Amino acid sequence: MPNPMTPGIVPGRLPPSQIAENFGDLHTPYAPHEAAVAADRCYFCYDAPCITACPTSIDIPLFIRQIQTGTPEAAARTILEQNILGGMCARVCPTETLCEEACVREAAEGKPVEIGRLQRYATDVLMAEGDHPFERAAPTGKAVAVVGAGPAGLACAHRLAMKGHAVTLFEAKARPGGLNEFGIAAYKATDGFASREVDWLLGIGGITVETGKMLGDGLTLEGLKSDFDAVFLGVGLGGVNALRADGEDKAGVENAVAFIADLRQAEDLAALPVGRNVVVIGGGMTAVDAAVQSKLLGADSVTIAYRRSRDRMGASRYEQDLAASHGVRLLFNAMPVAVHGNGSVSEIELEYTAEEDGALKGTGERFRLAADQVFKAIGQVLTTDGGLALEGGKIAVTGAGQTSVAGVWAGGDCASGGDDLTVTAVAEGRDAAEDIHRVLMG
Amino acid sequence: MADLRSDFIGIKSPNPFWLASAPPTDKEYNVRRAFEAGWGGVVWKTLGEAGPPIVNVNGPRYGVVYGADRRVLGINNIELITDRPLEVNLREIKAVKRDYPDRAMVVSIMVPCEESAWKAILPLVEETGADGIELNFGCPHGMSERGMGAAVGQVPEYIEMVARWCKQSTRMPVIVKLTPNITDIRYPARAAMAGGADAVSLINTVSSITSVNLDTMSPEPSIDGKGSHGGFCGPAVKPIALNMVADIARDAETRRLPISGIGGVTTWRDAAEFMVLGAGNVQVCTAVMTYGFKIVQEMMSGMSQWMDEKGYENTADFVGRAVPNVTDWQYLNLNYVAKAKIDQDACIKCGRCYAACEDTSHQAIAMKEGRVFEVIDAECVACNLCVDVCPVEDCITMERMPDGAVDPRTGKVVTSDYANWTTHPNNPAAQAAE
Repeated sequence: MPNPMTPGIVPGRLPPSQIAENFGDLHTPYAPHEAAVAADRCYFCYDAPCITACPTSIDIPLFIRQIQTGTPEAAARTILEQNILGGMCARVCPTETLCEEACVREAAEGKPVEIGRLQRYATDVLMAEGDHPFERAAPTGKAVAVVGAGPAGLACAHRLAMKGHAVTLFEAKARPGGLNEFGIAAYKATDGFASREVDWLLGIGGITVETGKMLGDGLTLEGLKSDFDAVFLGVGLGGVNALRADGEDKAGVENAVAFIADLRQAEDLAALPVGRNVVVIGGGMTAVDAAVQSKLLGADSVTIAYRRSRDRMGASRYEQDLAASHGVRLLFNAMPVAVHGNGSVSEIELEYTAEEDGALKGTGERFRLAADQVFKAIGQVLTTDGGLALEGGKIAVTGAGQTSVAGVWAGGDCASGGDDLTVTAVAEGRDAAEDIHRVLMG
Repeated sequence: MADLRSDFIGIKSPNPFWLASAPPTDKEYNVRRAFEAGWGGVVWKTLGEAGPPIVNVNGPRYGVVYGADRRVLGINNIELITDRPLEVNLREIKAVKRDYPDRAMVVSIMVPCEESAWKAILPLVEETGADGIELNFGCPHGMSERGMGAAVGQVPEYIEMVARWCKQSTRMPVIVKLTPNITDIRYPARAAMAGGADAVSLINTVSSITSVNLDTMSPEPSIDGKGSHGGFCGPAVKPIALNMVADIARDAETRRLPISGIGGVTTWRDAAEFMVLGAGNVQVCTAVMTYGFKIVQEMMSGMSQWMDEKGYENTADFVGRAVPNVTDWQYLNLNYVAKAKIDQDACIKCGRCYAACEDTSHQAIAMKEGRVFEVIDAECVACNLCVDVCPVEDCITMERMPDGAVDPRTGKVVTSDYANWTTHPNNPAAQAAE
């Protein structure tokens, strides 16, 4: 039987029961009384800072008061009117850097109202009741193509459908959901929540999903423009940056996003192989998700190596602490320079760095870490731009997602501006839908 | 070290904390536990006349009003007087008093409004060795429909009459327990005094419906789909009780009438507040029904600490100390001018002061860039609402304007001279100051 110390990349390092327990819900859902107590802590601020801090501008004090007064369904409507993926965002939002950071109780006592968990409580109650809370407007006769069924595309499609437009939602992968389905740590969205949420979202009606269709492979922007009244691109970032270290083609050097996707789609986590010594290169949420999950699968030692200092790290302090609490070692100011091994990686060589006048330089001091698996989590890149103007490697947009081509909108990670967060993607998809509606009905 | 010993109308107890006549004092078992826990005295749950005891409902008898986290703010009850035979209660009272001679044992009584009924029961109670009796003229539900309890307490002539019967028939001190379900508490208090009562205790419960079940359309507590009004008590009624206690303490006729304070006493601080407003001791019920008898330990330690800090050696040192500062509105100093002041370092920028002032008061708080909230002195009337709604203690304070300063709201110079409504030029009935 393999165990954490077994050399190489092998499955089943931990007993299945242990793995199942490890991948349970990160935050246990509130029971109704817990939710009432948590809701009571909200001060119902005037022009509340949490609303301003939320990329989707959810009326947080109102929904918390609705929970407090025993109407979580009404609370959920308040949330979902602004953010149709409010259920997922309640699970994956870095609330510690958004609404909860802005909460006045964070300023007062370092303990914000637990807005994320309250949002989850409300949306869970409503979704458990099964009915879709919104109704479609009368058909407008307009057809819109939405490319990419991730958070941006789903939010855009839902809002368009609600307005009465006929939406065709194209998705390259076999299932809709995007990063919600393929790119987020499993313990943040347990029990198939991502796919349940998509099914529930589609309950609005008027959305046709076509999987296995992607821009540049079966779909062209020109074709979409001629077949539809408007096009929204929410294609995400399909590529992964290279390490630019010698030997990065050796076996065992993998993309963190692919590992996470495999993990999310795995029927049996105990059958998923993981290294004994895992090194994750990067400093964002994806790096933390890959590192923590490697540990949960039974890797003996897991290290995140980030080339810059801790305060530059993309992952929030909460995420860093989450990793540390699972035994992940966080290494700062260390960049990969070479991957060693005979065919397969056995060691990774890193060099310490220092930042001088904003420029990162190696100090010349190098060291090696044992590694039989290296995950690259150093950012993703746009792979299909459809010939649109770019800005900073992303599709350039102005206003509510208008691209350089009339009739084509874009949002989410593939579009310029905004953080690469689920909640930001939802806001951009929603706002683009409103803009498309305005243009189509104008 | 503070001396908590209490002497209330000659009834001595090791501390001024008694349990009120209520479910916690309905039987020997509970009262022994209370005394073991440290309670200074009890008023035994109301006895009725000999014969078949009354009956209680067999469904829920309490309703509740909750604050945050299901904290009990008030309880309403539809329980009647003791439903145990008179002789059982008398036997138990005697046994407990024998074993706890240092504790106050007062017996609450409610019998029909006939002299013979009172004369019949008093010797029986006296024989137990009880220290005193409390006449239950307050119970607002059930018994009042039968011409007892609040039905007596709402008619000052009856109060005086029954009090006199009792005083004529027993050596025991007589406390009259008053109902708050009247328009002016001074009338029943004066009647009790006229009848010779040694003291009054107040308040009994406030007639109430705590809540309505919106599914069954029945008031709570619901008995087979119906509810009747009950008596409300607990922290929620404390402000009502404090006012009534103060009314009696400062009334020209009743100012020397001893008062046992009742109504939402939950902590040592509540007890101290009743006592500085004129109560010689306090009686507690809802707090022990919520938390158990152990709370008396906090009440004793808290009051002792406060007395030590203030230099009070015994409870008589502070009883009634706040009474001179309770006055009528017309005597309040209209030349006292204050303005709200917000401590920007303490402010957490919730904006509740702004919402309250802007929406419902005097538009005297400005919201500036970066959620900075500042008082506009030219608009502030010092209403205190911002202080009340601010979640941070002492973040907003009311600062008195100094003598000689100009109030930017009125343009008038602030003076430290006292002047009230009775001499104010806007008062049509004003009398020129002499």
